[in-house]
Amino acid sequence: MTNAILTGLMLGGMYALIAMGLTLQYGVARIMNLSYGEFLIAAAFASHWLFTGWAVSPFVGLVLIVPAAFLLNFAIYKLLLTPLVRRAPNRDALEVDSILATFGLTFVIQGSMVALFGGAYYSYSFLAFPVQFLGETVAANRLAALGITILLGLALYLALTRTRAGTAVRAVAVDPFAAQLVAINVSQASALTFALGGALVAAAGVLVSTFLTFSASSGVVFTMKALIVVVMGGVGNMLGCLVAGLALGLSEALVASYVDPGLTLAVNFALFLAVLLVKPAGLFGRATR
Amino acid sequence: MNARTAGFGVVALAALVLLAFVPRLGNAYYLALAISLLQYTVLATAWSMFSGPTRYVSLATTAFFGVGAYTVAVLGEILPWPLVLLIAAALGAFVAAIVGLSTLRLSGVYFVIFTFGLTELIRQLVVWFEVNKSRVLGRYVFVDITQADIYWQLLALTAAVFLLGWLIARSRLGFALRVIGEDETVAKHCGINTTFAKVALFTISATVMTLVGAIMAPRWTYIEPSIAFNSMISFQVLIMALLGGAHRLWGPVLGAVPLTLLFELLSARFPNTFTIILGCIFLLIVYMLPRGVAGLFEKLAATPDGKTTRRVAA
Repeated sequence: MTNAILTGLMLGGMYALIAMGLTLQYGVARIMNLSYGEFLIAAAFASHWLFTGWAVSPFVGLVLIVPAAFLLNFAIYKLLLTPLVRRAPNRDALEVDSILATFGLTFVIQGSMVALFGGAYYSYSFLAFPVQFLGETVAANRLAALGITILLGLALYLALTRTRAGTAVRAVAVDPFAAQLVAINVSQASALTFALGGALVAAAGVLVSTFLTFSASSGVVFTMKALIVVVMGGVGNMLGCLVAGLALGLSEALVASYVDPGLTLAVNFALFLAVLLVKPAGLFGRATR
Repeated sequence: MNARTAGFGVVALAALVLLAFVPRLGNAYYLALAISLLQYTVLATAWSMFSGPTRYVSLATTAFFGVGAYTVAVLGEILPWPLVLLIAAALGAFVAAIVGLSTLRLSGVYFVIFTFGLTELIRQLVVWFEVNKSRVLGRYVFVDITQADIYWQLLALTAAVFLLGWLIARSRLGFALRVIGEDETVAKHCGINTTFAKVALFTISATVMTLVGAIMAPRWTYIEPSIAFNSMISFQVLIMALLGGAHRLWGPVLGAVPLTLLFELLSARFPNTFTIILGCIFLLIVYMLPRGVAGLFEKLAATPDGKTTRRVAA
C-alpha cells in the first residue's frame, strides 16, 4: 500500500509539473496547445542524445535544453501564433484557431521525430540504483526527478506571486483587457508566458526521460494527461494543478496495482468527467469564466 | 428558389445513378479509390453536420469509426449483415449520446479535450476487454461482402447523409444549432434547449460515422484495436472538412475529394515523411483558408453591397 501511494505521489508530482506549463500557456496566453506533449518528447530525445552521444548528465542537459526550449517557444508564439491572435475576433475564436493550428503542429513535430528516430522506444540508464525512502525502496532517478520537480514548482510559485512580472502575468490571466488599462503589455506578457510554459515542459521532458521509456509517438498521452490536470485543477491555477496532478497520479497508481494496469486511462477520464460534472470550472476555478 | 432546389435534386439524382455504375467499370484500383473518396466524403460531411453549425471541434471521428468496425469484427460472422449494421449504428448512437450528455453541457474547449482522448479511451477499453474477457487480441473478418457491395453501401449512405443534412438544415433543429453557433447564451435566452439540440445532432453525426466504420470493416481480413482505432482518420476528416468549409452542407466534399486523392498519392510516394506533409497542409489550410473553399467561393460571388462578412463579436 505504501509503495502504491509513494509511486502515485511521484507520478502525480510529475503530472503536476507537466501540466504547469500548459496551464500557463492556456491560462495566460489563451493558446490551447495540443502539440504540448510533442515538445516534452522532443526534450526527452534531446536529453537522450546529449547523454548517450556526449555523456552529458541530464542535470547539465537541463541547463542547456530549458533555455533553448524557451527561445524556441518564444519564436513559435511570435511567428506562428501571433497571426492567429491578431485575426481572432474574440477569445473563443482564438481558442478554436489555436487548437487547430497546434493540432497541425503536432503532426509536423511528431512526423519529424519519427523520421529522425524511427518508431522504436528509447531509454537510458541514469541513476538507476535503488535507495531507501520512507521505509520503501525506490529508484534514485525517480527521487531525483521528484526533488527537481518540487524545486521548479516552488521557484515558479515564488516568481508568480513575489515578482512584478509575475503579478503582471497573473493580471493578464484574470482579465487581459483590464490588464492593458493598467499599462501591462499584454502581447509581450503572453509571448513570455507561452515561452515559459514551453521551458517548463522541456524540463519535464528531460526529467521523464531519466526514468521512463519514450517513443516519437508517445507525446499525445502526455498532452492528454496535462489537459486533464489543467481542466481538473481550474485553468491557470497553480495550486489546482498540483492537487489535480497528485490526484491523477495517486488514482492511477492505485488502480494499476489493485485493479488492472490496462485501465489507467479510463480512470483518468472518469476523474475528469466527475470533476467537470460537479464543478465545471475545476477544483479551484472561479465560478464564472 | 424552388426551381433551383428542384434543379439541384435532378442533378444530384443523375450523379447518383451515374456513380452507381462505377463498379461495372471492372477496374479494381479505381474501385478502391472510389471507395476511399466516398468514405471520406461521408465522414467529413457527417463531421460538419455537427461541428459546422455549433463550432464544437470534435476529434473523435475515429472512435465511432472504430466502434463500427469492431462491431463487425465481433458479430459479422454470427448475425445477418443488415442486423450487424443496425447493431453497429445503435452502439455508435449509444456511445455518442453518453459522450454528448456528459460533455456537451460544458464549454466547447472541454468537449475538444474529451473527444481528443476518446479514441484512446475506447481503444484501451476494447484491448482490456479482449485480453481479460474474450482472451483474443485481433479478430479475422470473414463476411461475404465484395468491394462492389462496400461501394454501393457507401454510395447509399452518402445519398442518405446529404438528404438528412438538407432536411436538418431546414428543420427547427438546424435553426436552433445555427443560433447556438452564433451565440450560445443568446440561444439559451431564446428558450432553445441547447443541450438537447447539441446531443441530438452529435448522436446523428456519430451514428453515420459508426456506419461508415461498419461498412468499411470487411475491407480488412484482420482487425485489431490499433487498426480499427487509427487516429489518423479523425485528423484527415478534420482537414478535409476545414478545407472544404464546414459551414455548408456541400463544403466538405470540396475538401474530401482533392485531399483523398492527394493523400493517396503522397502516402505512396513519401511513406516516411507523410505525417510531416499532412501537418504542413493542415497548417496552410488553417492560416490561408479559415473558412475553406466554400468560404472562398462565397467571397468571390459576393456583391459589394451584399457582402458576406465575418461576424465580429465583442
